[in-house]
Amino acid sequence: MDDKLTTKLRILADAAKYDASCASSGAPKRTAGAGGLGSTDGMGICHAYTPDGRCVSLLKILLTNYCLFDCAYCVNRRSSNVRRARFSVEEVVTLTIEFYRRNYIEGLFLSSGIIRSPDYTMEQMMLVARTLRRDREFAGYIHLKTIPEASPWLIEQAGLWADRLSINLELPSEESLKRLAPEKEGASITAAMGQMRERIAEAKVERRRFSPAGQSTQIIVGADDTSDAALLRTSDTLYRRYALSRVYYSAFSPIPEASPVLPLKQPPLQRENRLYQADWLLRHYGFDVEEIAEGGTDGMLDLEIDPKLAWALKNRHRFPADVNEADREMLLRVPGLGKRAVDRIVAARRHARLRLDDVARLTAGLKRARPFLIAADWRPGALTDRADLRARLTPPTRQLSLF
Amino acid sequence: MGLRRIALKQGADLDGFRLATRRLVAAGIAPHDVVWCAEDTPVLFPPQAAEEASPIALPRRVAELIEVVVCHRDPERYALLYELVWRVLQGERALLEMQADPLVHRLELMQKAVHREVHRMHAFVRFRRTKSRPNGPDHFVAWFEPDHFIIEAAAPFFVDRFRSQIWSILTPFGSLHWDREELRVGPAARREDAPDGDGFEAGWRSYYESTFNPARANPAVMRAHMPTRYWRNLPESAAIAELLRAAPARATAMIERDAAAPAKRMPEKAVAAMGDQAPASLAELNRLIAASEPMVSSGSTRAVLGEGPVGAAIAFVGEQPGDQEDLEGRPFVGPAGQLLDRAIAEAGLDRARVYVTNAVKHFKFEQRGKRRIHKKPAAGEVAHYRWWLMEELNFVQPRLVVALGGTAMLALGGKAGPVTRMRGRTTFLGRPGFITVHPSYLLRLPDEAAKEEAYRAFVSDLRAIRRIVEDSVTGGAADVRRSA
Repeated sequence: MDDKLTTKLRILADAAKYDASCASSGAPKRTAGAGGLGSTDGMGICHAYTPDGRCVSLLKILLTNYCLFDCAYCVNRRSSNVRRARFSVEEVVTLTIEFYRRNYIEGLFLSSGIIRSPDYTMEQMMLVARTLRRDREFAGYIHLKTIPEASPWLIEQAGLWADRLSINLELPSEESLKRLAPEKEGASITAAMGQMRERIAEAKVERRRFSPAGQSTQIIVGADDTSDAALLRTSDTLYRRYALSRVYYSAFSPIPEASPVLPLKQPPLQRENRLYQADWLLRHYGFDVEEIAEGGTDGMLDLEIDPKLAWALKNRHRFPADVNEADREMLLRVPGLGKRAVDRIVAARRHARLRLDDVARLTAGLKRARPFLIAADWRPGALTDRADLRARLTPPTRQLSLF
Repeated sequence: MGLRRIALKQGADLDGFRLATRRLVAAGIAPHDVVWCAEDTPVLFPPQAAEEASPIALPRRVAELIEVVVCHRDPERYALLYELVWRVLQGERALLEMQADPLVHRLELMQKAVHREVHRMHAFVRFRRTKSRPNGPDHFVAWFEPDHFIIEAAAPFFVDRFRSQIWSILTPFGSLHWDREELRVGPAARREDAPDGDGFEAGWRSYYESTFNPARANPAVMRAHMPTRYWRNLPESAAIAELLRAAPARATAMIERDAAAPAKRMPEKAVAAMGDQAPASLAELNRLIAASEPMVSSGSTRAVLGEGPVGAAIAFVGEQPGDQEDLEGRPFVGPAGQLLDRAIAEAGLDRARVYVTNAVKHFKFEQRGKRRIHKKPAAGEVAHYRWWLMEELNFVQPRLVVALGGTAMLALGGKAGPVTRMRGRTTFLGRPGFITVHPSYLLRLPDEAAKEEAYRAFVSDLRAIRRIVEDSVTGGAADVRRSA
């Protein structure tokens, strides 16, 4: 690999790293033909972890970080002083293939600054995906970050080659968008999401290939003053209205060359973490946004304890739940019991009455679960209602944030 | 009876364990009377009659668990597995569902550990390119040190993924070799047998360094997912120490740096031009369509574009190009097109003054022998092309849009339905429109009388269309008539 390409790679990987999504999951199972390269099994693999604890699964780069837009939260906005570079289509294809052949990555996650016009940029990205798939018979994962301002037919063309398309919502409200991303428009973002949803659904019915792993989006947390409850309401709407497969929350991170309109301090990383937990409760545990919000104060999640525990502490009258009797929905609401632990409990209790020791072997979260559970040999008694229960269950503060 | 000593091969000896288990069960020997051990060259059981070792019926989950757990490096694995088999056969058929049982719990943990190690092998193997002989094909070789006896369990993944390249994975427990056709399991290898570098490793390390965000350093999570024992075989791990050392300073610098005066980059012209990306003319739009990928099944020769003058009073929209249209690259030149021409002439319209196009621009077909049989486009495919059709009509600006058949109706109005019942005047999203049959429908009718009748009805629709257009004009007459 020559030095010029390495330098470009450094600049364009650095410019892409603030995008949170990295998942390479959800693609249909496939393997390349005899002359091709690659496979997907629906799960996705993390090939490495960087010292920030994040997984490296895809080659996550920008096609270029030149940009005509001026979004305040973005390191690549046109008024920023960062170094600029631009890959050719062939360079991205070569990097993807050569990294993949050495088992460094699962595939490509390509995004781009807007150059010349949204259509021109989108077309270049589409060409990368098409060259990989059609000319190089690449069967690995391809995720394209769609440009919502591009013409609909280009997005349609991109969907023929990519496993996943995504459109970043970036900011949860039209007002913030106007203030921080003057060239963007909420309406065109949601219109593009709507269009994508239709195409994905039609293609599924007609058994055609169109972004088979669905679409996802990213919301930046902490660049404006939107509350957690409002963020979750936005996500909830996105899941329902546009059938998104994932909403990513990206705690606004200080960026080099920060714009003066941004807050000076980043929000605690814990906030991002709690939002993901709440998002999980929303999608898999049968909670609704208002219930989750009830666990916190003034629309903000409790940063010290997880949202399920926060909800349970405020709804103690609904506990304790009996591991041997309670239905699945109720067990899912017990702090410390995950989905898999609940499945195991339900399977195991068909054969024997479970004691507390048994439960301990089925979940790692027994300490949090104990005050909310009844087992064959255990009743929490007054523990459930103790005034200091919260203090007993709050983990010692661990400084997740560097500041 | 004393203790029975069973010797199995080193590593994951599934066959040996299966055979031993069959014999022990047949002989009714309880787990506490068996001692299991692994040897480099075990003395196998003396050959015995097959009926003594007949297979045992086990629940599928038990069999699956055994297959995985024999790969674990714990010397106790065979004893634990035999105890499981024994208890299942003694009546505890659903034992595996009791994950709270200490034995099951332990085996589950072992199973998980093996699965995790297989997964990590998939993740952390790093190939280096070399040549097995000068001018020979590329050979990708990796050195890996797994924690359990998993190389064969991990192999199918590499075969599927790297089928078209020649590769080897060398480990202290054995090696895997793929020659594009066959997988060979070879003997243990040494680190020195693998190449010591690769031209892309520096690039990969650069990528790894650049994708790290110093404001979020969290080495504990990194180590949990990527334990240090793998690091010596990961080229990127050489960067970790320095990244962590420099991280706090880099992050603080980012925050403290007074937002340097932003470059006064306000490329007004470029930003203004950016909003103006829509094609400016029908010709430009057609260039885009021609360059596009077929959304329908591939194999069509080209995109077939619309034809006729911009500003034509009538636009006819058909379904999709057929075999002949695809070959010639022009709409409505096949049998249905010829019939349309005839009917247009008979209705007193001029084919040269109307615009004709299709809802779907590529030919969708099914190959049957040498013939390409027309296939109806699906609703989603029609929707794909809709943007183009709408743009096209925006340029042509016809006074009346005629949908020929159901597909055109769906494309124009967004709604499907029986053409015969919806025939006649309508509006397509605000555009004055008219629905009639597709001329190919006339060709498909079986008997001549029906064909003739339908043709008459079609011509009378076209006459009605002519009248609508003529009436819609105030002032200058709509020039749609066939010149004498």
